[in-house]
Parts: sequence; C-alpha cells; structure tokens
Amino acid sequence: MTQGNDSPADGSPTINQPAIELSGITKTFPGVVANDDVSMTVAQGEIHAICGENGAGKSTLMKILYGMQSADEGTMRVFGDRVDFKSPTDAIDLGIGMVHQHFMLADQLTVLENVVLGAEPTKSGGRIDFEAAKAHLQEVSESYGLDVDPDDLVETLGVGERQRVEIIKVLYRGAKILILDEPTAVLVPQEVEELFRNMRELKADGATILFIDHKLEEVLEIADSITVLRHGKTVATLPNEGVTASDLAELMVGSELPSPEITESTVTDTVTLEVRNLTVGGGGDRPAVDDVSLKVHAGEIVGIAGVEGNGQSELVNAIVGTVSPSEGSVFLSGEDITRRNVRTRRESGIAYVPEDRHHEGLLLSAPLWENAALGHQTKPPYARGFFIDRAGAREHTETIRAGFDVRTPNIDVSAQTLSGGNQQKLILGRELTSNPKLLVAAHPTRGIDIGAQAAVWDEMRQARKDGLATLLISADLDELIGLSDTIVVMFRGGVVATLDPSDVTPRTLGAYMTGAAIESDDRTDDLKGTP
Amino acid sequence: MNNLLRRVLLSASAPVIALLFAVLVSSVVLLASGSNPIAAYGDMVTHALKLGTIVDILNRATPLYLSGVAAAIGFRMNLFNIGVEGQYRFAAIVSAYVGAQLALPGVLHVAVILLVAMFVGGATAGVAGVLKVTRGINEVISTIMINAILISGVIAALSKRWQAGGSVDATGSNAGVGTDPIPESGLIPNLNGLIEPITGEIGRGKELTGMFLVAVAVGVAYHIILNRTRFGYDLRASGVNPFAATAGGVSANRMIVTAMVLSGMVAGLVGMPSLMALGRFNPNFVSLLGFGGIAVALLGRNNPGGIVFGSLIFAFLDVSSGILQISGSASREIKDIIQGIILLAAVVAYEVVRRYREREEARLAAEALAESGSSPPFESGSTPSVAGA
Ligand SMILES: Nc1ncnc2c1ncn2[C@@H]1O[C@H](COP(=O)(O)OP(=O)(O)OP(=O)(O)O)[C@@H](O)[C@H]1O
Ligand SMILES: [Mg+2]
Repeated sequence: MTQGNDSPADGSPTINQPAIELSGITKTFPGVVANDDVSMTVAQGEIHAICGENGAGKSTLMKILYGMQSADEGTMRVFGDRVDFKSPTDAIDLGIGMVHQHFMLADQLTVLENVVLGAEPTKSGGRIDFEAAKAHLQEVSESYGLDVDPDDLVETLGVGERQRVEIIKVLYRGAKILILDEPTAVLVPQEVEELFRNMRELKADGATILFIDHKLEEVLEIADSITVLRHGKTVATLPNEGVTASDLAELMVGSELPSPEITESTVTDTVTLEVRNLTVGGGGDRPAVDDVSLKVHAGEIVGIAGVEGNGQSELVNAIVGTVSPSEGSVFLSGEDITRRNVRTRRESGIAYVPEDRHHEGLLLSAPLWENAALGHQTKPPYARGFFIDRAGAREHTETIRAGFDVRTPNIDVSAQTLSGGNQQKLILGRELTSNPKLLVAAHPTRGIDIGAQAAVWDEMRQARKDGLATLLISADLDELIGLSDTIVVMFRGGVVATLDPSDVTPRTLGAYMTGAAIESDDRTDDLKGTP
Repeated sequence: MNNLLRRVLLSASAPVIALLFAVLVSSVVLLASGSNPIAAYGDMVTHALKLGTIVDILNRATPLYLSGVAAAIGFRMNLFNIGVEGQYRFAAIVSAYVGAQLALPGVLHVAVILLVAMFVGGATAGVAGVLKVTRGINEVISTIMINAILISGVIAALSKRWQAGGSVDATGSNAGVGTDPIPESGLIPNLNGLIEPITGEIGRGKELTGMFLVAVAVGVAYHIILNRTRFGYDLRASGVNPFAATAGGVSANRMIVTAMVLSGMVAGLVGMPSLMALGRFNPNFVSLLGFGGIAVALLGRNNPGGIVFGSLIFAFLDVSSGILQISGSASREIKDIIQGIILLAAVVAYEVVRRYREREEARLAAEALAESGSSPPFESGSTPSVAGA
C-alpha cells in the first residue's frame, strides 16, 4: 500500500515534508462530481480548516484521505510517501484518524468498548485485555485533558461527550493526523472552547489537524490555514493572517455574511403550546425535566438555551410524544395532548426537527421522496386514504428540493447519498412545508452552510409572521438571540431564567447556561412568555 | 423503459449468479465423489422440462412462496418469525378439524377453512408479538418455544391418539390416520381443468394445486400493501430506522404486533396445499416448509417478485433432484449442497451487483457530465436560494 520513494528508511515523518499532499483528486458519484481535480497541501503540525457550501465535497475529500472512499483520479502523499489506501485500516496504520460528521459509536457499548473496538489488545488465548485497554485509554484521556468515564454506556452520553469519545478513539490508535468533520456543529460555545483547547494541545504535541467547519469565526480563531472548496473544486488555500469572515463567505458562496436578527415582533395573544409543570423521569434519580412550565404563542419563537444534557432533549421528546412525562401536562391550542400518541400530535400540527438527523430524522437507505413523507405520511400530499400517493409525494418532494435548495441529482437517490447539510435542508423543508401550528426545532441549522442558513432563518421568520409558534433549541447562541422573541434558560432540568433577547449577549447567556448567573438574577418575572 | 428493463435484469442477475456459482461448486463436489456432474444436471433439467414435473415444481413452489412471504413480512421490520413451521402445521390441524365438522356450500366452505387457518396462524404468531412488546421477550426465542410446544406437544399428542384408534380410512393405510376427512365442498378444486386446454393432458394423476392462485393473490397483496399503502410505508420505515419511524408517528409496539400477526396469517396458508391434496391432516402432511420459507425470503431479498424467483429455484431443486435417485447419476443430497451454497453466494452476489450498478451509474453520469459541460447537472446557480427568502 505504501510505495516509499523519497522517504527515510524507517518511515518516520521527515521534517519539512508536508503531512498531506493531495493532487488532482477527482471523485464522481452518480449524477454528481463530488471532487473535481482537488489539490491541497497541509503542513506538519498545523491546524487546517476546510470550508465550503453544503455538498461542496468536503466530507468526500476527507473520506478519500481516510481510505473510506477511493478517488477516481489523483494522487495522495502522506509525510512525503505516495499512498493508495484500500481501506481505513491502511490510513490508520499511517497515523491518520477521522471523526465523522455523523458519529459512529455503538450505543449499547461502553465508552471503553467503543474505543477499543477494532483495536483490541489481547491477552493470551485471544481474550480482550480490558485492563490494559483501560489504562491506555486513561493515559490518552489525561494527557490531552479529554475527560470521559470509560465505563459509561455511550447511549447515556450527550453529544459533547460522544465527540470526546470519538476523538479519544482516534488518539487511542496513535493518530498523528486528525480529521474532524464538523466537530463544532453539535457543541455549545463552552464545549467549543474546550475542543479548541484540546486541539491546541494536540498541535503543540506535533499532531496535524484537518477540520471542517461552517462557522467562520471559529475557523478564524483556530485555523492556521484555510482551504475553500466550491462545487468540488479548490477555490483557494489561504493563511489565516489578514483574512476576514466576509472574505471567506465571499469565496464560499459569493455572498455576504447573514445575521439572524428579527425585525418587528409578531407575537399574538393566542397560546399555541403550553407546557404545565412538566416533569420527565425522576423516581429515584434527578428528573431530566423538572417541573417546567412555559408558553409559546402563535407568531412567537421561544428559544431554549442550555448546555447539552440539561433536559432540553427530554422536554422536546415529551412535547412531541416520544416519551411520556411522569407529571404535568402539554396543551396544544388549549387541548390537553399529554396522553396522545405521536401520530395524533403530528397530525394536529406539530412539526419536528430532531437534534440528530440520522437517529430520528431520516430513513437513510430510502429514497428522498419517502424521507420527505416521514412524519406526514398520513396526510395529503403524501397519502390518499389508506394509500401512499406516490405522485403527490414526489411532486411535493420536488417542491422541497427547489425551495430549500436540496442539492441532489434526483429525488430517487437514497438519503444517505446527500451531504450532511443537504440532509438537514430536506428535513427542514419537509417540516416547514407541512403547514404546522407548532414547530419544535432542535438545532435546525446544524451543519448547514452560511448561505443556506440565512435562507432557513428567513423561512422561519416568514412562518412566524404567518402565525407559527416555534420552540427553538440551539447551541448557536447568535441564532438563539437573533431569532427568539423570548429565551428560556434550562439548567439541570429546570427553567432557571426567562430572558429578553434584546438585552442579552452570548456572554451573559453563557453565564446563565452554566448556572453561574442564576443567583444574581431577578428579572424572570416581568417578561413575556412567562407562565 | 430501456432503463427499467436494465434494472430488472440487473436485479435478477444476482440470484442467477448465485445459482451458477452453486452449480459450479456442486460440480466439484460431484466430481470428487465420482459422479458426472453434466449427466446429473442433464438428468435434472430434462426431468424438469416434463409437464408433470413442472406441475410438481409449481405445487412445491406454492407453499414455499407463501412461507417466504410470511418470513419476509417479519424481516421487513427486522423481526425474525422463526415459528412459521409450527404456525402452519397447527393452523392446518385446526382448520382440518373445523373443515371436517362443517357442511357448507363450496366457496363458503373453502373460505372458512382458509380463514380459520389464517386466524390460527395469525393468533399463534401474534402471541410472540404481544410477548415482545409487553414483556420484551425476543421473538426468536418465543417463536422457537411456541414451535416446540405446538410441534412436539400438540401435534405429537394428536398423532398418538389417531394411531391409538382414530379414524382409519377405507384402505387401512397409515396415511389414513388423521383428522376426519374434509367433505368435497371444503376442498379447493385443482387447476387441471384450467391449464390442460393449453398444455394438454397432465396425466399420471398429477394435479396443479388450486392454492397456486391463492399464492399469486397473496403475492400481489403483499406487493400492494408493502409498497403502496400507508401501513406498508410504516412497516418499511420501522424496519429501516425504528427511531425515525417513532418520531414520525409510527407506534413501534403496534407495528410489531401487526407485523407478527400478518406474518402468521400468511404462515397459516402454507399448509393449505398439502391439506387440500390430502383431504385431511395426517402423518403425510408436509413439513419443513417454514425453514424453506426463510431461505427463499433471503434469496428473494424480501421482495414479492424476488421471492417468486427464490421459491421457483428451490422448488426446482427439490423436485427435479428426485430423478437422481432413479437415474443413479448422482446422490440426491446434492440438492441440499446447491441450496446451501446458493444462499451464501446470494449474499455476495447481491453486493457485487450493487457495486457494479453503482460504478456503472457513476460512469454514465460522468459521461453525461463530460458531454454537457463541467458543472454538475443539478446546480441551478452558484448562490443558494430558498423560497420566500
Ligand atoms: N455515497 C454517495 N453517493 C452518491 N452521492 C454522494 C455520496 N456521498 C456524497 N455524495 C454527493 O457528493 C457531493 C459532496 O458531498 P459531501 O458529503 O462531500 O459534501 P460536504 O461538502 O461534506 O457537504 P456538507 O457541508 O453538507 O456536509 C454531494 O452532492 C453529495 O450528494
Ligand atoms: Mg459533510
């Protein structure tokens, strides 16, 4: 697999050799050129960002570098050696590790089991040496300040923790080159800071890091150099110095940086969603949602701020109906829906954008038009009586595709062939075009490029003006502050503050989210949206 | 249209490749055991081309197909109804009893027997579904247990009683031991009258089972329900991603029970061709079709059309290998080897065909792009636009 030419005999990285050199990489999928003659050089020990629109070919390029996909044309060099990976194993052997855009952990296994999976140290007799594995894992996690409990079930972890597990998994295998595909998409600002601290430590240790990110401020904060892809081609590779976010935006999509500011209030007196004294879980443990009450009016966007794992997901699940609360009730337009099943709730006008598109949002192996119907399969245009209305469903999917700029050769391809951001746009399109009364949106613009993000924000504002009530959960504080009429902060399952977005900044909001500002606050009572 | 034909041919190519591969491997086995593979296969094919054998193959394929559909309904939802074997045998006994007690006009009598069989099959499988959603018991375990209870317990006890002094038929043969005979009005007439005007006399006392038409109807219904109805959509969605299906309003528990019941209902029909041919349930009643069904469902990828292929291939091997015993050109057991290898090879063949198809599509797409200019065909412009933006 490695044909050394100008490399030293022992195969160790040579100083001055670039860590990675890609040249002329081309990769075609049915109907799409994902990478079109891409060339790029990454120096040893640098943090290199890759930016570009949804579907620009970023993930594909990284998968090629990781041996998961093979390029149709082009050559790759790693530490100066020409390589031709047949599988990720080859890449791992050369010290390349990748954390995917969509995590690939086994829910039912522990952190330790996930980390060693595929790289199990064995004792005599072929049994797995868990003691040695655990020791090594703890060594890795301590030396990089990546804090995890090896015995936790992955199922119970929040996204920030899952991400740490993925990174440890890669480091555990001795990676010298790390590829992180949109690592910050799922993180709240504090977690992003922590990740960046880890990345700097890794870099100080000599690691080379490639990462994909749609948030340009983050890119400018951490990257040493930046490569911009557009329509599968390299547009430019720039050093960080002297580049601004709008320069990057211009290169990526040819447009200005959008901002999620709301103009005038459209909040009405009609209460669409009311959550009354809702408690989820408990009974021995601390409840995941603890006596939460809130109202969302027609024409209002209520944002929920909080560090992942403080009850937001469970609150959403209880509203959508996938978990039943232990106490309290949920009302939709004045009607008690606490005991209704998910289907009845969705039929009565609840649209839902789940936090994890692969887990709850998509049928990955099914065609796009079937995915567009998911959650709305009982109603026109997707259904006619007991039958699925194929023609209607397809036609509507085309509408979504055009309206939300879902980039795909056609609507018969399976959802897994879409890029992450395009998958998200498909979900948003299906939910926003379903004529909902209430939109429950968890991280709606997660993984979406800045151009499409602006369009989604416009779409949400338009729907709000038309009377849609929106419950918005987001890790992106600018989005939360910019879009919401009211911000509710959740901490340890409870609502700890109700704020007016016009007088919070990401910094003060962050303080509330970590519980630091709760004691000193007394403004919770005089704001709209408080029960 | 040309495209559609290509796609059909490509999908059909996987089981055919698997069959060819299996034939190749078995040839080696035959050679090693001192038989002449060409002679053996020649005997089988010549035999299979006779009208009488074709009827036998269809008679064999009919219950195999039903059994395949029963298994496939479960597989579609990642449920493994391994209990088809017990379900169809138990369903046949009960419906034979009920059928023998009744005196009804023809169509009604037949309908009652089939409905009882479907009801019993559905209820038996449904128990496993209910156990799964209420007690969390894996359906593989529960259907195996129910199989054991039904087959060893009930059926064995009944056979004992029949042997001890049950109804022995006029000829006094062992085959006559069983339930009371079902009156003529309860038996589906054979299709000889329907096909003989076209094919000529079948002869040798062979009959094409009337259940053939029922199997066709079940196949069509399976296709329509699976691919055209909301229920089928929910079923497939739950199979592909149960969490997304749940968030999309599909009740996982209800789907599990419904799928098990439907699977059992079709399983209930599996024993009907045999029951109709024998006119009663007796020790000659067909067995092992439940496991054959799992195999043909796998071979046919749980598709209504694919299972047709699978059941025909298996039925052909089952039936035409019989000639080997007579001709002596090889051991009849060679068919077990072929069937086993087909199943293994099919898994590989499907993957190979899938990859070939992907590469082919990518190549065609790349060519199309090269002709039409360099930018991807779906790119409408360089800036994204969202409606209402
Ligand atoms: N397995 C596949 N089969 C077919 N097409 C694919 C496949 N993987 C990617 N594509 C296509 O290749 C293009 C590039 O996808 P890629 O995932 O690399 O985009 P990306 O830059 O990572 O986008 P995003 O920011 O949305 O994650 C997309 O148009 C996508 O539809
Ligand atoms: Mg991507």
